Amino acid sequence: MGRNFSAAALVLFAPLVGAENQINMSPGVTEIGVSIFELHMLIMWICVAIGVLVFGAMFYSIYAHRKSKGHQASQFHESTKVEVAWTVVPFLILIAMAFPATSTLLDVYDNDDSELDILITGYQWKWKYEYLDASGETVSFFSNLATSQEEIYNTREKGENYLLEVDEPLVIPTHTKVRFLITANDVIHSWWVPEIAVKRDAIPGFINEAWTRVPQEGIYRGQCTELCGAYHGFMPVEVHAVSRDEFDRWMAAKRGVAAAQNALAMQTLSVDELMDQGQRVYAAACLACHGAGGEGGVGKAIAGSPIVLGDIATHMAVVANGVPGSAMQAFGAQLSAVEMAAVLTYQRNAFGNNTGDVVQPGDVTGTKNG
Amino acid sequence: MMPELRLSKVPATDTALKLSAVAVLMFAFVFVVMVPLYNVLCDALGINGKTSGQAYTPAAIAIDTSREVTVQFVAINNDDMPWSFAPDARVMRVHPGAANGIVFHAANPTSSSMVAQAIPSISPSRAAAYFHKTECFCFDQQALAGNATADMPLQFIVDQDLPDDIHTITLSYTLFDITGTAQDGLAAL
Amino acid sequence: MGDHHHGPAKGISRWLFTTNHKDIGTMYLWFSFAMFLLGGFFAMVIRAELFQPGMQLIEPGFFNQMTTLHGLIMVFGAIMPSFVGLANWLIPMMIGAPDMALPRMNNWSFWILPPAFLMLASTLFMEGGAPAFGWTFYAPLSTTYAAPSVTFFIFAIHILGVSSIMGSINIIATVMNMRAPGMTYMKMPLFVWTWLITAFLLVAVMPVLAGAVTMMLMDIHFGTSFFSAAGGGDPVLFQHIFWFFGHPEVYIIILPAFGVVSQIIPAFSRKPLFGYASMVYATASIAFLSFIVWAHHMYTVGMPVAGELFFMYATMLIAVPTGVKVFNWITTMWRGALSFETPMLFCIGFLVLFTLGGFTGLMLSIAPADFQYHDTYFVVAHFHYVMVAGAVFSMTAAIYYWLPKWCGRMYNESMGKTHFWISFIGFNITFFPQHFVGLAGMPRRIPDYALQFADFNMMSSIGAFIYGASQLLFLFNVIATIVAGKRVSEEKVWDGAEGLEWTVATPAPYHTFEEPPAVPRPAGTI
Repeated sequence: MGRNFSAAALVLFAPLVGAENQINMSPGVTEIGVSIFELHMLIMWICVAIGVLVFGAMFYSIYAHRKSKGHQASQFHESTKVEVAWTVVPFLILIAMAFPATSTLLDVYDNDDSELDILITGYQWKWKYEYLDASGETVSFFSNLATSQEEIYNTREKGENYLLEVDEPLVIPTHTKVRFLITANDVIHSWWVPEIAVKRDAIPGFINEAWTRVPQEGIYRGQCTELCGAYHGFMPVEVHAVSRDEFDRWMAAKRGVAAAQNALAMQTLSVDELMDQGQRVYAAACLACHGAGGEGGVGKAIAGSPIVLGDIATHMAVVANGVPGSAMQAFGAQLSAVEMAAVLTYQRNAFGNNTGDVVQPGDVTGTKNG
Repeated sequence: MMPELRLSKVPATDTALKLSAVAVLMFAFVFVVMVPLYNVLCDALGINGKTSGQAYTPAAIAIDTSREVTVQFVAINNDDMPWSFAPDARVMRVHPGAANGIVFHAANPTSSSMVAQAIPSISPSRAAAYFHKTECFCFDQQALAGNATADMPLQFIVDQDLPDDIHTITLSYTLFDITGTAQDGLAAL
Repeated sequence: MGDHHHGPAKGISRWLFTTNHKDIGTMYLWFSFAMFLLGGFFAMVIRAELFQPGMQLIEPGFFNQMTTLHGLIMVFGAIMPSFVGLANWLIPMMIGAPDMALPRMNNWSFWILPPAFLMLASTLFMEGGAPAFGWTFYAPLSTTYAAPSVTFFIFAIHILGVSSIMGSINIIATVMNMRAPGMTYMKMPLFVWTWLITAFLLVAVMPVLAGAVTMMLMDIHFGTSFFSAAGGGDPVLFQHIFWFFGHPEVYIIILPAFGVVSQIIPAFSRKPLFGYASMVYATASIAFLSFIVWAHHMYTVGMPVAGELFFMYATMLIAVPTGVKVFNWITTMWRGALSFETPMLFCIGFLVLFTLGGFTGLMLSIAPADFQYHDTYFVVAHFHYVMVAGAVFSMTAAIYYWLPKWCGRMYNESMGKTHFWISFIGFNITFFPQHFVGLAGMPRRIPDYALQFADFNMMSSIGAFIYGASQLLFLFNVIATIVAGKRVSEEKVWDGAEGLEWTVATPAPYHTFEEPPAVPRPAGTI
C-alpha cells in the first residue's frame, strides 16, 4: 500500500518540491477549494488595484509636493463631494465582493447526503478516525506523527515530509461525498487540510461537520490549526484519496486486521511476539512523554517505576484509565487487548525492569469485562 | 467677573462616578446578560448543535410518512473517561413526527463508583431545534458502581417542520467523567 | 496661587507620589518601553527557535510560554500603556487644562501596573511554567488543562484591567470637564478625539475581559462550568466573550495611533488636516462597528451560516470608515509643502504598512476564504502589520515629534532617519514573507515546521533580529537626546505644528495652563 502512495505522492508533489517556496494559496483539488482560491485572488487583485491608486497618489505627492522643491502648501481642507464619493464607491465595491463570498459560503454549508461519514476526534496530540458504518462494524484507529524524535532533534536528516507524515493516514475514496464529523477529546483542536479546503474546529463535547468530494487521487497533508498545548505543532493530518475499488480493499483489510486482533486476543502469545509489538506500541503511545529509554520526561520514568514493577492489575488500571489531573491519558479505549497486553509486557521487561511478567491479551479482556 | 477656568460646569468627579458605574454594569453584563443570552441563542439557532435540556412534551401531531430522515448516533468518551459507551444501533430511519426510541449501553470497567454526564450535540446545527427528546439519559447525571453496567434510554421525535434539505441528523453524546464534582450522585449509590 | 508654582519634589518620592500628568506620562512611557524590550526579547527567542526547522534551543512547551507572554506583554504592557502615557502628557496640554481631572487616581492607575507585570513575568519561574495557552487563552486549554500559574495570570489581568479602566475614566473626565473655555468638541485636536472614543471603548470592554477571567477563575477553583461542556457550559462561549472584548481591543490599540498620525501629517505637510469632521465620524463609526464584528475571529468554530454571513458583512463594512481615514491623510499631504523629518517618515511608514494590513484584513473578513487563512501565518502577518506598523510606528513617530517639546532638546535627526529605515526594512523582511508561508499552509503558534517553509522562516528571523536591533538605536537616541541633545527653546519646535501644546514654553514647564489659554482657530482649520 505504502509504495503506491509514495509513487502517487512523488508525482503530485513534484511541482511543490521544485518550487519549494510556495508564495500563494493552493487552489487544491476540490471544487470548493478552487472557488475559495478564486475568491481569494479576486479580493487580492481588488486590493492591489486600490493600493496602486492610493499609494500612487501618495508617492506622487511625496515627489511633487516637497518643501525642498519649494512647493507652497495650499490650505484646502474640506470637500463634501469628494468625501461622499470615497465613502460610496468603496461601499459599492464591498457589495460586489459580498456576492461571490456569500455563494461560496453557502456551498461550504451544503447538507446534502453523503456516502461516507467519518468521525474525527482530536486528542492531545493525535487524531482518531472512526468510519461510521451503519452495520456497526466500525473501523477506528489513531493517527500519530510518524516523524522520528531524531529528526526533530536534528540528529538525523529530516525526511521530505518532515512533520507532515503519520503512522496511519486517513483513507477516503475519490468522487465520493465524504462528511467529516469533528470533535475533540480534551482541548480545542482544528482539523485542516489545505488541499481539500476543509478546516473545522474540534470542540470537546460538541460536534461540527464539514464535507469534501475529492476528484483526484493523491496524498493531502495538513496540520492542527488551533493551539492545543505543547505538541500542537506535532499532530499532522495525512489524507490518502484513492479509487473506490482501492478504498474497498483497504476497508476490507482493515476489518480483517480488526478480526485478526480479536482472534489474537483469544490466544496466548509468545514473549517475543509481545515484546516486539509492545515496543511498537510504546513508540507510538508512550515514548513522547516517557522517553525512548523509559527515563521519563513530561511523564514519570518507566524504568524502575514502582507502578510498573508492582501489581499487574494496578499497572493495567493506570494505563487503561489514566491518572486524573495529570497528563497521563486513559489508553483503555485507544489500545486493543493485544496492544495493551503487549505494551504492559514490554514496560515490565524493558529498560532494566526485568520482572519477567508476561501479560496475555486474555488477561486484559478479563479485567475489562471485570 | 472671574474669568472662567473651564468650559464645562460639571465636576469631573461626577463624570468619573458615572463611568465607574458603567464599568461595574459592564462587568455584571457579562454574567447576567451575555451568558444567558448565549444560551438562549444556542437554543434558538442550535449553536454547537445544542438541544434543550428539558423533556419535550409531545403535542398531538401527524406523522409525516412521505419522507424519511436518517438519524445517526455517535458515542464519544471525553478525556480520561474509561467507561465503555455505545448505542444499540448506529443509524435509524425515522419519519418526522413519529416517536422513536433507542438504548445506549454503558459499563464502568473500574472498580470504583463513578458519575458521568452525557452532553448531546447535533449536526447539522440547524437541525437541533427540530430534534425533540421526550426522554433522555442526558437530562440527568448517571452514576455507576464499580464494574456495573447500565442501559440508558432515549426517546425522541423529529419535528415535521425539519427543513427539506436536511436528510441526515447526527446526534452525538460525549460522556464526561464528573465524579470529582458530583458527590451527590455518588452518595445516591 | 503662589504655592501652586512649586517644582517637582526631589528623589524617588517625586515619582512614587506624583500627581503631575507629565511625570505620570513619563513613567508610563518608560514602563511601556521596558515592556516593549521584554516582549521584544521573547519575540527574539521565538524567532531564534524558528530560524531553522527542527527543535534547536527550547522545548515546545516553553515556546508556547514565549508566544503567550510576547502577546500579552506587547498588547497590555507595551502598546496600551504607551498610549496612556502619551495621553497623560498631551491631552491636558492640548485642551488647555492644568492637569488630568483626577490626579491621585492617575498616580494609582500607573503604580498598580508594575506589580501586575512583575507577577505575570514571575510565572516563568513557577512550577509548570508560565501561561502557555496563547494571548487569547481559549478554554479549556486555559482552564482544565492549564498550569497552576494560570491563577496568577488571572490576577494580573484583573489588576491591569483596573488600571486601564481608571486611566480611561480619567481621560474621559479630563476631556469632558477640563477643556479651556472656547475648546468645544469640534475644535479638539484629533488625538484628543480618538483617545476620548478609545477611552469609552475601554470602559465598555475591559470589564468584559475581567468577567471572562473571573469565570475562568471560578471554573478552575470554585467548581462552576461556564466553559466546560461537562457541567452544561460551553468552551465556545469563552471565545464569544473574549472576542467581544478582543475586537474592540484591536481598535483601542489603533485609534490613538490614528490620532497621532492625524497630528503629525498636517504638521509636516504644512497644511490643515483634510476632512476633520469626517475623521471624527469615521473614528466613531469604527468604534461602533467594533462591537458587532467579534465573531469574525471564530469563522471555523461552526457557527450557523446566518451568523457567518452577518459577521462577514459587518466586518467588510469596517473597510469604509477606515478607507475614509486613509484617503483623508493622503489628501492632507496632497499639494502640501512636505518635508520628511523622522516623525513624518514613521507616519508615512505607518500609512503604507497599515494600509497593507487593512487589505489583508479585508481578505480575512471573507468567511469562506478565512477557512484557508484562519490561524495560519497569514493572520500573524496581518495583525503585525496593523499592530507593529500601525501602533508601534505611530508611537515612535509621536516620541520623535513631541520629545523636543518635552525635554527642550532635539534628537539626532540622522540617527532618527537611520532608525526609521532599519525599522522599516527589518519589519518588512520579518513580516512580509509570513504572508507567503501562511498562504502556503503554515499554522501559527508552532515551534517547528515542515521543510518547505524553511527559507521564508529564516528570512523572517533575520528581519526580526534587524528590527529588534533597531529599537536599541531608538533607545540610545532618546537617552542621548534627554542627556545631551541640542537645546531648542522656540515654542513651536516644528514650523508646521499647530495646537495649544506648542504655545507653552520649551521645554514644557512642570505646570502648564494654570490660567486657561485663549483657544485659537478651530482645530479643523489648524
